[in-house]
Amino acid sequence: MSLVWSLSEDLLELALTGITKQFPGVLANDDVNLTVSEGEIVALLGENGAGKTTLMNILYGLYRPTSGTVSIDGKPVEFHSPGDAINAGIGMVHQHFMLVPVFTVAENVILGDEPTKRIGILDRARARKTVTEISRRYSLDVDPDATIEDLPVGIQQRVEIIKVLEREARFLVFDEPTSVLTPAEVEGFFEIVSSLKADGKGIVFISHKLGEALEIADRIVIMRRGKTVAEVLPSQVDEAGLAELMVGRPVDLTVDKTEADPKDVVLAVEHLMVLDDRNRRVVDGVSFEVRSGEIVGIAGVQGNGQTEVVEALTGLRTPLGGTVLLNGKDMTLATPREMHKANVAHVPEDRQKSGLVLPFTVAENIVLNSYYEKPLSRGVRMDWDAAHDQAVRLVDEYDVRTPGVDVLVSNLSGGNQQKVIVAREFDRDVALVIASQPTRGIDVGSIEYIHSRIVEERDLGAAVLIVSSELDEIMALSDRILVMYEGKIAGEFDGSASSTEIGLAMLGSADEVEAS
Amino acid sequence: MSDGEQPLDESGQVEPPPVAGPQSTLGRIVGIGSSLRQALVVPALAVLTALIVGAVIIAVTDLDTLPLWGTDPGEAFRLTMSGIGKAYKALFVGSVGSRRAISETLFAATPLILAGLAVAVGFQAGLFNIGVNGQMHIGGMAALWVGFSLTLPAFIHIPLAIAAAIMAGAIWAGIAGFLKARTGAHEVITTIMLNFVALFLVDYLLKTSVFQATGRNDPISEKVNATAQFPTLPTFDRLNIGFFFSLLAVAFVWWLMYRSTIGFEFRAVGFNPHGGRYAGMNVAWVYVGVMAVSGALAGIAGANPILGLEPYRGTSGFAGTIGFDAIALALLGRSHPIGVLFAGILFGALRAGGREMQGAAGVPLDLVLVLQAFIIVMIAAPRLVRAIYRIKTPDQDVSTTISTGWGG
Repeated sequence: MSLVWSLSEDLLELALTGITKQFPGVLANDDVNLTVSEGEIVALLGENGAGKTTLMNILYGLYRPTSGTVSIDGKPVEFHSPGDAINAGIGMVHQHFMLVPVFTVAENVILGDEPTKRIGILDRARARKTVTEISRRYSLDVDPDATIEDLPVGIQQRVEIIKVLEREARFLVFDEPTSVLTPAEVEGFFEIVSSLKADGKGIVFISHKLGEALEIADRIVIMRRGKTVAEVLPSQVDEAGLAELMVGRPVDLTVDKTEADPKDVVLAVEHLMVLDDRNRRVVDGVSFEVRSGEIVGIAGVQGNGQTEVVEALTGLRTPLGGTVLLNGKDMTLATPREMHKANVAHVPEDRQKSGLVLPFTVAENIVLNSYYEKPLSRGVRMDWDAAHDQAVRLVDEYDVRTPGVDVLVSNLSGGNQQKVIVAREFDRDVALVIASQPTRGIDVGSIEYIHSRIVEERDLGAAVLIVSSELDEIMALSDRILVMYEGKIAGEFDGSASSTEIGLAMLGSADEVEAS
Repeated sequence: MSDGEQPLDESGQVEPPPVAGPQSTLGRIVGIGSSLRQALVVPALAVLTALIVGAVIIAVTDLDTLPLWGTDPGEAFRLTMSGIGKAYKALFVGSVGSRRAISETLFAATPLILAGLAVAVGFQAGLFNIGVNGQMHIGGMAALWVGFSLTLPAFIHIPLAIAAAIMAGAIWAGIAGFLKARTGAHEVITTIMLNFVALFLVDYLLKTSVFQATGRNDPISEKVNATAQFPTLPTFDRLNIGFFFSLLAVAFVWWLMYRSTIGFEFRAVGFNPHGGRYAGMNVAWVYVGVMAVSGALAGIAGANPILGLEPYRGTSGFAGTIGFDAIALALLGRSHPIGVLFAGILFGALRAGGREMQGAAGVPLDLVLVLQAFIIVMIAAPRLVRAIYRIKTPDQDVSTTISTGWGG
């Protein structure tokens, strides 16, 4: 693709020119160019491992480029720390918020840059005034006195934005900003970004969601394998085109599968009630069945009890009430080990926190839940040769791209880490698959692969339960769709239902949507 | 350690990863793969730095020579250098300079290695066992009781006394593990508190009629029967079979941590308790098990000053501060059994040599403690060592928590 945007040097802009970053053995950035002008929204798209993180860490002063320059308004700048970047007018809104939960909004905003009166007394009034002013200017609607932990994620994100604006950022970088938001919050977020743009801020929007990039960006920059491979205008491409640019080959965004042929009930959940960590009843009388040979998807905005349903089903959380039957056997109080022995495969929602032991090798992670079985061990004696052989076989069979099974799993890309988990869980005669956010934050190629594996398990006769906050994923995979809302099943649809119907159920009901 | 653990998701899918290259399974499992050189460089430089700092301390505390710097700096320099040389020569001679010196080094190293292993097992499983000192005292008391109250052939008596020490140490440490598993009480707090309980319990027991030597009013126990005393090795002075027990323990810990399912669980839970739980491991049991194994090793360490050291009696605080030195030692040995073995021998050498240094060069034994402390500071702050010696830090190491979590 050709360069479609040319800017003269006197324009007010942030420019990364010819950025190259060499890590031992890996060229993370290879002659990367990115510009963003004031009043412009640039989307930076790329798969995991494409080099977006490295580039942004260079921009934020965390890494120094091997070569290349960062310049603002045509003048080269050098950042040695995030502090330098902030002083130069660059603001970052991270995916994981950096807020102190027990502090108020105003306290969080001034943290690290506290306004003081004489002799160092904190000027709370001024802090509150700053927040109120910024909030009003961009219609953020944030109460300076609210405590962070009481606020929904969408508002917390706005606090992060206020923080950045308070430090007078001219250029704002958003890292996967919509991944934590509900559909309604995403709309609100886009409005905020538009008002920031109108106010002359330059915005870099890092995402892997193609539709959002098309909707919000003025210009889309695509990175692949450390290089900027294309720069396009949203009017010039569609989602399939963007996906192809990201991956480097045509991508099939739909899932190939035949009509389901449901047989016996494998999982029967009746009137399940579960408390969360704060003792709130977040699952409140949920009943459903999953049959052999079908994929049931649970849709819903995150935080409506799906996580707790999965934890209860996999033995990680003791239900308050209700029953869980697996092939007719009561497994309500089963431990994770008992569920594993009953041939339940579990792909957890957070692969790094729960699915893997990051400082372990690929091989150690592959035997993480089956190490106690023959042939991997006899008694308490591990047979590492057997473990090694099994890992080599699975890495090959499940297309895990790794230099070897003795490499630390933390060195693999997200998609390959997920494949390690899928390989570990699916490599047995699986009766039930429970997969939570199975493709969150991974590259398109891995998504395709994992989806096809899930369908394959179904066709082999497994019952499959998918939980995902990505409605597209639920709709692509599921033969039957359940929608959870506030701890209850708010609706059941067959696989061909429209996204509008399901979307409404995700928000409770049509009436409530109108009321809000 | 959860968030900072993704040094670089940027490694790409096809290209080799930036940090660890392929290693042999054995190398990785044993923990000494291609990164062996890297693993050794910081400890080695830490020891070197400590010796240099020690030299400076010797120089500035040499009150006889100090005034000379004003009048005759050349002579002062010569005297200072010769003083330092004399001290370090004595340190060297006293630790490895003779058969007797080597035996003293290994003798001093014995309880250090065992206690260091106790701490290292905890570290590997993510637990900070500060209570090795207390567990040593409790284990030692159990060995003491078996040692003086029973009369058995040596080949039964010694193993029995050690078994008692193992049991007692395991139970004592197991309390902290149990409290953590059941109530979430942090093991640092509970083990520190249990140290005090153990120390005072020892003092109390030594004054009861069960333990106290007849005709004594001070806290001192009966003497361990000859059948339970560790036999010394011929021509090696005080060095006794306790050293071989410590070597056995090194081998056992290595096997346990890297070759058994139990060690696999310990390490998995140590790195990521969530991951361990998801994989079906019983995290609560692991905490109890880790503490019990750690306490068992501490118990054997505590049996050493009772069964292997004149006067073969229990006295107040008989295990000294070995339980605390062991924390330093485990850090120096990177919590690896082989590393702990060498770190223990090094610390043993410093002790044995330190006595010679005090005798021959008049440098107080306490300098050795200063050296040890410096080594630990350096180990605990590897960046400091890297900064001093200008070793380039790989970029991956500086990845901060801020930089993690990018979707890109």
